[in-house]
Amino acid sequence: MNKRKAVNLTSTVSPQKSGHKPLRETKKELPFPLNLYQSAVGKKWVMAITGLMLVGFVIGHMVGNLKMYLGVLEHDGSAAYDMDIYAEFLRNLLVPILPEGVFLWILRGGLLTAVILHIHSFYSLTRLNIASGRSYESKQDWLASNFASRSMRYSGIIVLAYIIFHILDLTVGATSDEFVHGAVQSNVVNSLSNPVIAGFYIVANILLCVHIFHGIFSVFQSLGVNNPNINRMKRGIATAVSGLILVGNVSFPVAILAGAVEYNECDPKLSVAEQVEENCVNSSGHDSDSDDDSHSESEGY
Amino acid sequence: MSQTLNLTLKVWRQEGPDADGSFETYKAKNIPDDASFLEMLDVVNEDLIDNGRTPIEFPHDCREGICGTCGVMINGRAHGQEKGTATCQLHMRKFSDGDTIVIEPWRAAAFPVVKDLVVDRSPLDKIIEAGGYVTAPTGTAADANDTRIPKEAADSSMDAAACIGCGACVAACPNSAAQLFTSAKLWHLNSLPQGQPERYKRTEAMVETMEQFFGACTNHGECYEACPKEITLDFIGYMNRDYIKSKVKNRKLAGQQS
Repeated sequence: MNKRKAVNLTSTVSPQKSGHKPLRETKKELPFPLNLYQSAVGKKWVMAITGLMLVGFVIGHMVGNLKMYLGVLEHDGSAAYDMDIYAEFLRNLLVPILPEGVFLWILRGGLLTAVILHIHSFYSLTRLNIASGRSYESKQDWLASNFASRSMRYSGIIVLAYIIFHILDLTVGATSDEFVHGAVQSNVVNSLSNPVIAGFYIVANILLCVHIFHGIFSVFQSLGVNNPNINRMKRGIATAVSGLILVGNVSFPVAILAGAVEYNECDPKLSVAEQVEENCVNSSGHDSDSDDDSHSESEGY
Repeated sequence: MSQTLNLTLKVWRQEGPDADGSFETYKAKNIPDDASFLEMLDVVNEDLIDNGRTPIEFPHDCREGICGTCGVMINGRAHGQEKGTATCQLHMRKFSDGDTIVIEPWRAAAFPVVKDLVVDRSPLDKIIEAGGYVTAPTGTAADANDTRIPKEAADSSMDAAACIGCGACVAACPNSAAQLFTSAKLWHLNSLPQGQPERYKRTEAMVETMEQFFGACTNHGECYEACPKEITLDFIGYMNRDYIKSKVKNRKLAGQQS
């Protein structure tokens, strides 16, 4: 046996200081239900509910946009893009009760509130998480988390930038001189015919769906909806919803780049009937029948 | 037939809470593959002591996977690569001759390093303290089957009670959240009739104490993978549900008192 050298085996461990003190103090409690939002669990509830609202909007938005594939339809005796008819319909929601556009602004207000709450809860939870975490010096091996769950904060920020651009591009019309308020179909085609913009839309929508995938997956847990039947389907529901949105939303820029969406080459300030008269409504996606139909209608008119 | 392994260890050495730490490389020679991971560290420490160097400080106690004292990050995974196994129950036969093993302490802002691989996990005790007590009848002992408990509730409670409080969930979480620990401790009592009188007070107090120290859940699921007792994520869902209820119910109770 080795003769052991004298080693000081007594521990140099000192009584700990930091571990006993909370990292953060609890704030003064606000009145109910605002106090829910003071806790991280409550913020996750707000994030989940606003996230569900926004996913609902995204699905509705995607389904509405499918109308761009319908091209020109007859409307009030004249020919118009179905997309433009739809936009008009949205402005006229609840019109006998409320003035034109008011209900649309109420909906927009709701969405904006949801976005702001979603972002604020993200901001404050992310700050909490960064303050609570310490990264490992060695490489941590991820077993359960995936690209979607780890990239939530980044995909969210890019999607936010995309939403701002999208509103400026196709709601306000700040990015193009050719923008005409209400001429939705031609505005969309004009914007997305630019490969750079179309590319940005495609990338942003892929990230949106990555974000939605983990969002839907998390919603059940954050809201405490937990039973074995739902748990088995969670991943399937998340894949189905995000996949549906992905296919729908990415199809629009792709179809426009491929020339499969009816577009017009004349001055968008002309009415659709006049455009059809000038024979510059091109419908490469449709067979010539529909074109002839709209012609005959406009002639009759 | 028992074989021996020769390994290279990269171990986090840190003198004290405020000292700077770094990885030191050690050779672990002739480790029997029957040895547990902690016994392997014992062998290395014997060698260090023989050479007049300070042994590696690591947390350990029962060494049979039930006390929750041990726990280190092994090759980037809490409690090593074996699922449902604490560090003490991880055996060296799971490694191959010539492997390099990186050993790091748990990392979280609430878990400061005390020395080497030992961290201070007392914030977990703070959460338990906040939970308080259960109402228990005093007097003569009640009959064993006096309180009827559905089998499912008893099973679920036992699953939650399996939590040994080692802190692997916090260590594995990208946000250093203690949701799995707290929710298991809550569901242990909240799922049983005996735990009902204080259910919502307990939930509110423990969640809010947890949030003073730890991060928030982003549903990665790393904690479940790391857990030596395989506590399920379902308990986190139950906790989220109970917390919102607690805010409503405790408010009503407060109204009745005034």
